[in-house]
Amino acid sequence: MSARLALAVPRLPRVDPLGALLTALGAAALVLLPFVVLKPNRILPGEPVAMLAALPGWGAFACQAILALAALAALAASNARVRLTAALLGVIAVALALGAAADALTPAGNRVVRVAPGAAVWVLLSCLGLLATDAITRLSPGPASRVLFLALFIGVAGLALAHGTFDNLSVMREYTVNADRFAREARQHVWLAFGSLTAAFIVALPLGILCHRAPRLRAPVLGVLNVIQTIPAIALFGILMAPLASLAAAVPLAAALGIRGVGAAPAAVALFLYSLLPIAANTVAGLKRVPRAVVEAARGMGLTDWQVLGAIELVLALPVILTGVRIVLVQNIGMVTVAALIGGGGLGTFVFQGIGQTAIDLVLLGAIPVVALAFSAAVVLDALIEIRDRART
Amino acid sequence: MISVEHLTKQYGAATVVDDVSMTIERNSITVIVGTSGSGKSTLLRMINRLVEPTRGRVLIDGRDTSAEAPYLLRRRIGYAIQGHGLFPHRTVRENIATVPRLLGWDEARIGARVEELLEVFQLDPATYAQAFPHQLSGGQQQRVGVARALAAEPSVLLMDEPFGALDPIIRAKAQEDLLDIQRRYGTTIVLVTHDMDEAFHLGDRVAVMSLGRVLQYDRPAVLLTRPADPFVARMTGVSDRAMRLLSLTTAGEAALPGASEGPTVAASASLREVLSELLWRGAESATVTDAEGTPRGRLTVAAILARGRPS
Repeated sequence: MSARLALAVPRLPRVDPLGALLTALGAAALVLLPFVVLKPNRILPGEPVAMLAALPGWGAFACQAILALAALAALAASNARVRLTAALLGVIAVALALGAAADALTPAGNRVVRVAPGAAVWVLLSCLGLLATDAITRLSPGPASRVLFLALFIGVAGLALAHGTFDNLSVMREYTVNADRFAREARQHVWLAFGSLTAAFIVALPLGILCHRAPRLRAPVLGVLNVIQTIPAIALFGILMAPLASLAAAVPLAAALGIRGVGAAPAAVALFLYSLLPIAANTVAGLKRVPRAVVEAARGMGLTDWQVLGAIELVLALPVILTGVRIVLVQNIGMVTVAALIGGGGLGTFVFQGIGQTAIDLVLLGAIPVVALAFSAAVVLDALIEIRDRART
Repeated sequence: MISVEHLTKQYGAATVVDDVSMTIERNSITVIVGTSGSGKSTLLRMINRLVEPTRGRVLIDGRDTSAEAPYLLRRRIGYAIQGHGLFPHRTVRENIATVPRLLGWDEARIGARVEELLEVFQLDPATYAQAFPHQLSGGQQQRVGVARALAAEPSVLLMDEPFGALDPIIRAKAQEDLLDIQRRYGTTIVLVTHDMDEAFHLGDRVAVMSLGRVLQYDRPAVLLTRPADPFVARMTGVSDRAMRLLSLTTAGEAALPGASEGPTVAASASLREVLSELLWRGAESATVTDAEGTPRGRLTVAAILARGRPS
């Protein structure tokens, strides 16, 4: 009866407010902002080119048709799967159009002309990204599917890069020139971020356990780590230069191991110091969260102190400790960028070189992988934390 | 048999347990009752050395408990506490298997023991063995906690306010279950509570503690009729001590020979319950029947009242 009544009343089309905003932004960007920028070389400013001018007619039409579909889904579709699919199709369309525009605008054999993504590309990708994020939030996929989704995305992007879809784009031009260095600096970046994390974990976990067991130590230890955390990165690099330089001068072995006042050593030490607080503090918080009755029962049944710690307390505290690790990892991946300033290497090298040369393409060559790396690390660790937490409660 | 000899615990200048000596009989339930801060939990925790005594010693079946490592001692003694302390990341089965596993039992024996205990505690193994503690009700969690404490067939079970977190109805059921378990396995149980009714209901012998000392340690009826100390009299309750005394004797124990008119009452009912039933019905006497319903004797109001006086 009620279903029939509902059918009788004509339903007004509901417009999704977020979809409306994103559609308006995207459409305005497409009309008003340049799709790509054509530069005579890597340093000189370029001239804006609209999508219709940059692409062969059918290409521009196909891209805009797909974007229109995405806009329709954003405005009217309530199904999160449909919205996600539309957003991803939109991202692929914009990416392919960008690559095609670069191919079309670059004269054959010309290695000097640069085609860079214009403001419209960034706005469109942001809008589509928000649409996708919103859809994923509504779908609330499990941890495994999120990681799978990330892997799929990385796989597709990797395939496109390997296939040469973006070879004529300015950033990829910079990559081609710097390919050897890029691999080296990327390795150095990951090595610095993960190495300092590993070292910090080895030190901060026992420190956190100690603080939990001896409450009198808690305030002073966490206080000192807190103070370290408040020192700006650049200042900490500076503070470390003098002692490390004198260490290298005094101990030949240290110098032989590559420890100097500048370079990777002060960067690694600084990152290590920054990593201590989140891990130690989260270890304390995680252990505090373990119910006292559980520890009491474990001891009362004859588990040894090590068994209580390893099999009960740390297992139950793990989700909180992993949250600390996640904070540190994402923070480190970003902060290693700054290490390039003192010769620490890493992808920041390209960022600072690019700034020095006013070559924005080179900046992007450093910045985009850093963002991708930090994002991936966050997704993977979040998934891990959720799996652990689910097992517990 | 557990011998507690001059057991003392001091924290700095504060004496929490003060020179306590007592003998706990095998296969009995001993209840230590006292107000909070009386030292009753500390006394219990010194038996399995969760607290190390400052002075004195504990012998279990003649063996000094300080002779072996505390964690080895604890694996031989069951331990159940308020709020159960189940491991939230382990299934019911894994929880119960904790001590057998520490003792290196083989899997088949562990499996059989877990099944047996779940049956005894009225938890269907098919439904509950693989469940996690948070999926159980409060009463079920408490039962799993006791089952876990009994898993390795300990001869001694220590319980620290085990039913403190339960509501009255589930609590009464848990107390009956404990009496059944004790009869079934013959475990020597030492239980700490602040609830005098619980102490009288469960305890073969009750120790009343205050300010670290055991004021009186005896059968419940003696505590009621001959309190050693004004504090014991206050704890056992002056205003309703006659009713408490009646609650310690069953109809079967007090039945007079012969048959009677009036309502029938079960031999397992306490005299307090029988008196209440007679008052309610306005009857003068009742027939006592056993579990099969066969008449076993009779009880009169006068006979019950006579039992409510210190003899």
